[in-house]
Amino acid sequence: MTDATATPAKIPVTVLTGYLGAGKTTLLNRILSEPHGKKFAVIVNEFGEIGIDNELVVNADEEVFEMNNGCICCTVRGDLVRIIDGLMRRKGKFDAIIVETTGLADPAPVAQTFFMDEQVGAKTKLDAVVTVADAKWLKDRLKDAPEVKNQIAFADVILINKTDLVEPAELSEIEARIRAINPYARLHRTERAKIDIGEVLGRNAFDLDRILDIEPAFLDAEEEHVHEHEHGHDHVHHHGEGHNEVHVHHGLKHYHDEDMQSVALKTDKPLNPDKFFPWVQDLVATDGPSILRSKGILSFKDDPERFVFQGVHMILDGDHQRPWKEGEERSSRIVFIGRNLPEEKIRTGFESCVA
Amino acid sequence: MSDTSASMPSFADRVRPIAAGGTIVGVHFLGKTPVFVLGEEALLFAGDDQRRVAIHAGGILASASDGKRIVTGGDDGTLVATEDSGEHRILATDDKKRWIDQIALGPDGAVAWSAGKTAHVLTKKGEPRGLEAPSTVAGLAFAPKGFRLGVAHYNGVTLWFPNAVGAAPERLEWKGSHLSVAFSPDGKFLVTAMQEPTLHGWRLADAKHMRMSGYSARVRSLSWIADGDFLATSGSEQLILWPFDGKDGPMGRQPKLMAQSPARVAVVACHPRQPVVAVGYADGAVVLVRIDDGALIEVKAAGAAPVTALGWATNGQTLAFGTEAGEAGALSF
Repeated sequence: MTDATATPAKIPVTVLTGYLGAGKTTLLNRILSEPHGKKFAVIVNEFGEIGIDNELVVNADEEVFEMNNGCICCTVRGDLVRIIDGLMRRKGKFDAIIVETTGLADPAPVAQTFFMDEQVGAKTKLDAVVTVADAKWLKDRLKDAPEVKNQIAFADVILINKTDLVEPAELSEIEARIRAINPYARLHRTERAKIDIGEVLGRNAFDLDRILDIEPAFLDAEEEHVHEHEHGHDHVHHHGEGHNEVHVHHGLKHYHDEDMQSVALKTDKPLNPDKFFPWVQDLVATDGPSILRSKGILSFKDDPERFVFQGVHMILDGDHQRPWKEGEERSSRIVFIGRNLPEEKIRTGFESCVA
Repeated sequence: MSDTSASMPSFADRVRPIAAGGTIVGVHFLGKTPVFVLGEEALLFAGDDQRRVAIHAGGILASASDGKRIVTGGDDGTLVATEDSGEHRILATDDKKRWIDQIALGPDGAVAWSAGKTAHVLTKKGEPRGLEAPSTVAGLAFAPKGFRLGVAHYNGVTLWFPNAVGAAPERLEWKGSHLSVAFSPDGKFLVTAMQEPTLHGWRLADAKHMRMSGYSARVRSLSWIADGDFLATSGSEQLILWPFDGKDGPMGRQPKLMAQSPARVAVVACHPRQPVVAVGYADGAVVLVRIDDGALIEVKAAGAAPVTALGWATNGQTLAFGTEAGEAGALSF
């Protein structure tokens, strides 16, 4: 229980997404039933069929509202604005909020609500978007359900669930397909959504102070998995799999998704902030609808501190984070995940920001 | 209030302090008794002897009063009317136990409330009426004469005559999410607060649009000056008063700006008779502002939590305030 007179800590909000039947509600009930001593307020969509075993459950209508600022990608979830306002009357009755979306929901309006609505942002903070993917059906859904690609691209944490229903080789291929869309999310293989809840809650994925590392996560995910699973050491080039290119590197197949990709850029030359900020703002203003997530760690000329930013569509949030450490490599790295990203335009634009 | 507090006269030592013991979300007067609406479960009657009356099994989301009773809506899906004796009864229960989060009372005793997309009215004769809005109802207000109900929602406001069965409701359209609604006291204008930090208005005679912008945050509190000449609003680091004294309302005119502060205005409540506005800030300060000359009087110094409730007794003799942390007080003149 927090002291009412102290500056209250913001309540963390975890967003659970995933296509119909992937196991969102199983994960939710697992989180709620673990003996962690935490109390949750749960916001579920009104069409949920499985019962939620929790005291504070609110039904949401998933109303996506456009903001009147001329930007079609600036949308908020009107029901969340209202529900979070109402829940704050019961502050002290819960430690965290979990939002379960419908299988067809786009996570962006949910995330943007926390940045666009001042009142919501003052009381709560987005912790992470957690996406549950069905190991058996994900490949098909990536072909026929654009929502699924959004949910994968947007995620900070991805559970590949129902791993017991597929062969190890198939699982490696699914991972590779997810990596082709989003190389930065933490990836976990689960059965019946069984996972240590520390892996899905308290991630601080949207916290600027925690943008410590934007290297692709598959490096350490791969190490983790080496101990548990055997990768299919497939050295054959799989050309002609749908429309996707396949490359094989040290045993892992690397796919290229035809419309959802990430663009990662790096430079060792210090940047000019007077060039960088207008460039990035112009980029998200024009390409915001196709950019789902962005992150960056920046080294500006004559600036002893590193600057970090993260964004959702055209909303950017950035700040100086901390002084560069002695001996730390002062490079600038930025990452965009999105649909049909103009990679060459982004690359030349970024390079022109060098001081 | 760091800029002005040194020179501002203060009534703070005349305030009767009240310990509410929980988050305050509203305050109304039943007769001379200030009644605080708590965030959860209860009303606090703060007369000479303090009484806590439990009325909801959970959070209290909305409240309205006509001076004779307080009607509240809760996350338990009930609508409850409480009299000054503390007697209370359930007026309605949502059949799906959805949140009842908007309430308005008509001058003739009608009660309007909403749950989800449905606006309900219990007429003065006790007849139930219903209207399906195109999206979740985010604001309700009766027109001054009480025949018409304004229902705010996404992309506009629906004007509905609950007593005229079969009559098609009128729609005022403006793109975006309208989160509260208010009629001017003369019934000529309708104003909504939007998801963006802006107000939208219509002149009802010809549905002519008015846009009132310049706020630093979403406007969450609207209050009309007794004679209807000004609309007082929160949402900025000063009190913003829009002129409604002419036939064009604020169209083409500038608002009055008063009571500048480093903190944002959170709640406004106009005196029921005089051109005076009580202003509560996000830093917990409360001041009285005289509109004629902008003179300020301190009621409460800045504190730990934002002001969440301000209310005047019907005769204007007492002002009550409350904060998110449960600090409260009443100042009588």
